[in-house]
Amino acid sequence: MILDKLQQLGAATLETIQGFGRATLMLAGALWGRPRFVKAWPLYIKQFYVVGVLSLLIIVVSGLFIGMVLALQGYTVLSKFGAEQMLGPLVALSLLRELGPVVTALLFAGRAGSALTAEIGLMKATEQLSGMEMMAVDPLRRIIAPRLWAGVVCMPLLALIFTAVGILGGHLVGVDWLGVDAGGYWSAMQANVDFEQDVLNGIIKSTVFAFVVTVIALHKGFDAVPTSEGISRATTQTVVTASLAVLGFDFVLTAVMFGG
Amino acid sequence: MTTRKLEILVGAFVALSIAALMLLALKVANAGVAGSDQSYQLLATFDNIGGLKVRSPVKVGGVVVGRVANIHLDPEQFQPVVTLEINSSYNNFPETSSLAILTSGLLGEQYIGLQPGFVDESVEILGNGDRIEDTKSAIVLEELIGQFLFNRGNQ
Repeated sequence: MILDKLQQLGAATLETIQGFGRATLMLAGALWGRPRFVKAWPLYIKQFYVVGVLSLLIIVVSGLFIGMVLALQGYTVLSKFGAEQMLGPLVALSLLRELGPVVTALLFAGRAGSALTAEIGLMKATEQLSGMEMMAVDPLRRIIAPRLWAGVVCMPLLALIFTAVGILGGHLVGVDWLGVDAGGYWSAMQANVDFEQDVLNGIIKSTVFAFVVTVIALHKGFDAVPTSEGISRATTQTVVTASLAVLGFDFVLTAVMFGG
Repeated sequence: MTTRKLEILVGAFVALSIAALMLLALKVANAGVAGSDQSYQLLATFDNIGGLKVRSPVKVGGVVVGRVANIHLDPEQFQPVVTLEINSSYNNFPETSSLAILTSGLLGEQYIGLQPGFVDESVEILGNGDRIEDTKSAIVLEELIGQFLFNRGNQ
């Protein structure tokens, strides 16, 4: 009885460690050597389009609404203290430091990560990956590498757009609707936001999230059980694991960047 | 879709994100404008700096002319020494100028108010590394309340 439980625990631990090992091997294989940006340019462009450009709509719409809601809620509390002019810093700092990188990463995991997993899982199930190996084409470099680079480059760009649109959305509600002074909105923001401390740290954060989310999505797809059930489970796992990893990393990064 | 069309769309995406970065850098964080200016340093010793922080503004009549660059304790006098970084375009304050640590509003941030002094033939103009002697410390609320109670007790 106890031995059975112990065995289960051991098996689960080994499975987890092996998963990390397989992910690392996949990553090493995909990144081994110089990325062939020139030779494989059409492959990279295709992935930049699928991962970046197609995620733009959901990012812009959610950024706009999150900025608007922040301004609306912030105004309710700030107006009680007569501190409406602090609405700008409130919206800008929460978007730059936290909401921009984190919400973009969560949306990215749902929008692009799940698509990557399903695509690669289906390639594996229909034995396209084995077919490539038969033709002496390395699937890690042809399939995984372009998607990895596309994810790592596009997500910080998406987070920047998200944050900028959110701040404009906050301006829309705060200034145009609720009547906060427009000059105060921007000048208080400029007085309180520091480029290195806030903007650059936000970009670093979203780059880390981009790497984590993309690697998890690619690994889950590459490692999926090649059946329809296996692919569906891998897709679900991508979204769940990537979201949890983003939230966990966010806490660690926030503690390191802004904790002291 | 052809590669050319995809390239145009990706290019538009990257251009959009660069525009977002420019908005964040220039309109939100105001970087590049404040950092590129030349500045010179002044020193001042206070009895008590209250809640003054590094990067707190230095104002003359409400106009920001510089920022606090460094705060440290004089190891012999046990008094805080504040280093001010003043924008070089404001380089004609006389040495009779005085500093006071003020608070913006009731609960606001603390800043240094610079009151320019009189000028005559014997007064020199402050330059890099000079020390302003005439300083007023921050008002600590607890001390004020203490004084008030002490005065009430004497009456």
